[in-house]
Amino acid sequence: MNESAGGVDLQEETSGTVKKFMFVNRKAPYGTVYALEGLEVVLISAAFDQDVSMVFIDDGVYELVKGQNTKAIGMKNFSPTYRALEGYDIEKLYVDEESLAARGLTTEKLLVPVEVLNTAQMAELMDQQDVVISF
Amino acid sequence: MKFGLMVSEGPYTHQASDTAFKFAAAALEKGHQIDRIFFYHDGVNNATRLTEPPQDDRHIVNRWSALAEQHGIDLVVCVAAALRRGIKDEILPKGFRISGLGQLVETGIQSDRLVVFGD
Repeated sequence: MNESAGGVDLQEETSGTVKKFMFVNRKAPYGTVYALEGLEVVLISAAFDQDVSMVFIDDGVYELVKGQNTKAIGMKNFSPTYRALEGYDIEKLYVDEESLAARGLTTEKLLVPVEVLNTAQMAELMDQQDVVISF
Repeated sequence: MKFGLMVSEGPYTHQASDTAFKFAAAALEKGHQIDRIFFYHDGVNNATRLTEPPQDDRHIVNRWSALAEQHGIDLVVCVAAALRRGIKDEILPKGFRISGLGQLVETGIQSDRLVVFGD
C-alpha cells in the first residue's frame, strides 16, 4: 500500500483530473471523533492535487478556536494541524457567519485566517463543488 | 450514472448504513453503476464477521457482502479508522478489504457523484 496517498497509485488512477472538493466540518473538535478523522481525509486529499476547500459550520467553528487545552479530558490537542494546512496548499477556509456569531466568536479568536461567508454565499460555494464530504 | 458511496456510521445503532444499502440497491436496480463503497468513522463496524444479529433482524454485514458479490462492488474500510476500533483483516467479512483514505478521495475523483451517509 502506498502510504503517502492512502493506498492509491496516484499516477495510474487519477492523473489529470482536478475536481473541486469541499470538506464540511460541522462538529466540535472533541466529544466525537468526526473533526479529527475528517482532518485526516483533508490531509490525504492534498496528495491528489485537487481543488480543496474546507468550510466550518455549526459547532464546527469551534475546531478553529485559538488556545485549545485538552489536558483535562485526556485527548490530543490536534488544533495545531489547522495551522499546518497552508503547507499542504490547503488555503481555502470558509466559516459560516451565523454559526460564528451564535457562539460569540469572531475571526480574531480563530487560529488561522478564514473567509467569512453568509448563508447565501455558502450555498453558492457549495453549489459550485464537484464533491462535498461532510463530517 | 457512476456513484461512489461513503458510510460514516456503524450498523444497528444508526440508520446510515441501512439507508446507504437501500440507496445502493435501488441505484443498481435502475441500471446505475457503483464501483466502491468506502467505510469511515464508526462505519468500519459494518466490516466484522463477528456480527450476529437476532434471527428476526436484518443481517447488515452479510447484506453488504452479498451485494458486493452480486454487483462487483469494492467494499473498502479505512485502515486507520478500522485499527482504532479493532477491525482487522482476520475478522473482515467476504467482499471487504482494508486500505487507505486515498481510496475515498480517488472515488470522489472517479465517480459522477459521491454520496455520504452519516449523522
